[in-house]
Amino acid sequence: MMPIANGGRISLREVPQLPVERFREEIVAAVGRGGRLCAFFGRPAGDGTLLLALLSSGETSGLAAVSARVGDAYPALTPDCPQAHWFEREIHESCGVTPEGHPWLKPVRFPRGDVGTADFYRVEGPEIHEVAVGPVHAGIIEPGHFRFQCHGERVLHLEISLGYQHRGVERGLVGGPDRRTMPYLETLAGDTSIGHASAGALVIEALAGLPAPPRADALRGVALELERLANHTGDLGALAGDIGFLPTAAFCGRLRGDFLNLTATLCGSRFGRGLVRPGGVLFDLDPARADDMKARLADTLRDVTAATGLLWETATVLSRFEETGIVTPAACAELGLVGPPARACGLERDVRYEQPCGIYRFRQIPVSTWPTGDVLARANVRALEIQRSAEFVDALIGALPEGPLRAPTGALAPDSLAVALVEGWRGEICHAAVTDDRGRFAAYRIVDPSCHNWTALALAMRGQEISDFPLCNKSFNLSYCGHDL
Amino acid sequence: MIRALVARLRQKHRTLAYPAVVPELPDRWRCRPVIAPDLCVDGCRACADVCPTGAILAGGTPPRIDLGRCLFCPECAAACPAGAISYSRDHRMATRERGDLIVGDELRLARALDDAALRVFGRSLQLRQVSAGGCNGCEADVNVLSTIVFDLARFGVQFVASPRHADGLLITGPVTRNMETALRKTWEAVPTPRLVIAVGACAISGGPYLGHPETLDGAAAVVPVDLHVPGCPPHPLTILDGILRLLDKLPPT
Repeated sequence: MMPIANGGRISLREVPQLPVERFREEIVAAVGRGGRLCAFFGRPAGDGTLLLALLSSGETSGLAAVSARVGDAYPALTPDCPQAHWFEREIHESCGVTPEGHPWLKPVRFPRGDVGTADFYRVEGPEIHEVAVGPVHAGIIEPGHFRFQCHGERVLHLEISLGYQHRGVERGLVGGPDRRTMPYLETLAGDTSIGHASAGALVIEALAGLPAPPRADALRGVALELERLANHTGDLGALAGDIGFLPTAAFCGRLRGDFLNLTATLCGSRFGRGLVRPGGVLFDLDPARADDMKARLADTLRDVTAATGLLWETATVLSRFEETGIVTPAACAELGLVGPPARACGLERDVRYEQPCGIYRFRQIPVSTWPTGDVLARANVRALEIQRSAEFVDALIGALPEGPLRAPTGALAPDSLAVALVEGWRGEICHAAVTDDRGRFAAYRIVDPSCHNWTALALAMRGQEISDFPLCNKSFNLSYCGHDL
Repeated sequence: MIRALVARLRQKHRTLAYPAVVPELPDRWRCRPVIAPDLCVDGCRACADVCPTGAILAGGTPPRIDLGRCLFCPECAAACPAGAISYSRDHRMATRERGDLIVGDELRLARALDDAALRVFGRSLQLRQVSAGGCNGCEADVNVLSTIVFDLARFGVQFVASPRHADGLLITGPVTRNMETALRKTWEAVPTPRLVIAVGACAISGGPYLGHPETLDGAAAVVPVDLHVPGCPPHPLTILDGILRLLDKLPPT
């Protein structure tokens, strides 16, 4: 395998092309040693398909790239490496290649229509009933389809069928970078505009060979942590709302907006749009603005701590959170989960710590974990991260590196592969770009953390009461559009 | 219980006095773009060339801007060599007609519903929200309207769980082909008379996904739209302003 740094670039010729059996063995062995598949996709190559995998080792920072050329079919990795299951379904759907031996090649995004038309896993029996929900849900949320196989109130299995949000983001990015590139990245999952825009900017900077200046790195870090603060706060409020604990729900609804308004103070958009651009950032933080933001951050953090503190001292809340929606450490490892759901299984899995890039090379942020794998654990990880992110932002905006905001990017390297990982608020964001002989994107692949984690929601629901679904769902709060692209 | 009450007191009263007092938006906030006609240079296309969605239209100096396509990104203002384009902080941008979003110097804001419609919707408007390819940006800032800050219900407007209980739809997203059927069925399930509100550049024009074969370039391809709220995403105040204009609930200015 060929090493490649986070935010790094290698020539396509350097990516080893192995016979598919060896490709398979190498990946299975690397994952067995604690590695993880960050991205795995296919591209047309001659009359076949070139499979390309990007792995993180789990032991050292950096990634490794490996490839194999296949025809119409190849022996699936999934039976020996379950975390490949989603990627191989995607390869089957987008490249028409059959991973033989994959247990179930369910559609991922239905790019050719007939959305939702697929075989669903069914439990049979005289007392079994099926509950189907969506794509249009009761609240103001994105569309997706859920089918619960139930025995009475108890859920035996949940089937999740997505694809309703498919807008053709990856296809649209091909041929770029161009004037639509950043709007695509900022809206592919709009609650993670900074996370995805940062990953995309890192990829472009890697291909251009010109990193962003330190001040831009720092301001991206500020915005990324504000994005985490807003979403974690909103989700803790929503968790409270889902169990009818209204004080925290009401307070956090307002406080989430206060964090968004801090981002708007920095760049004029509550979601951070227009801030991150290849080569740097477009908005600076002068001392007066920084002081204003520090004061408001302290006020907001104080109120968030009080609002979420109510959760931990209320017995009825704890009894609803505890032992609800458990994901076991074994399932977490097998599925290669990322972000707060992985850290809620006690795993120290965090790009900011394992694969530091940008400002995180110089300013560390402690990894927040909780051991129990239930809703309580996922809520606690979020609450701990709110404290850590607020400390980080507070320290950073008082000590921004001097220098320019933006460096010129110039032409991108031709026939190259670049990859960037960013720890978004949902977990690891992976962007990988392949350039053609003119330095344009020949392929651009995006792995939102939700792609790894949606299956964990299905596992968390096994054996639960169906009425716990909203609570379990919100404890993950995965992205539909980030998955469907 | 005592702790919850103490926390409640410390969190204070947070509902805006809007519409009596219009809150000030952040100084860098990008609302309606304005072009200074005396600064704009004849034949210069610098702004149009960088616009991601073609929102700056050809012909005329200064050019007209299609707010329905505008993503309110900083590119045009940065590209203009004469500094002629800037973003105002005027949050009011919603219109009744799609064509009214294509603006030169004047923006024709949404007029109220006619008297017959106001008799039906004026005191109580129940909306069903449908995200049809929305990125969760518009959805998030629509959700904000129901928080204690905006307290939408005080205007008689609420979001409901079923289209059967609704007076209309609030649609976000460019309408993906994969959501076309679901959107149409949801609309058909709303009893008549019914309203449709399109929120955000995607729902009005397709936004960044304009021209994608995977999408339908906005809600109007599937249902008739009664109110257009531009933005990417619009500020919650912009959405609220549009809804209150429609319902004739804003104090005369």
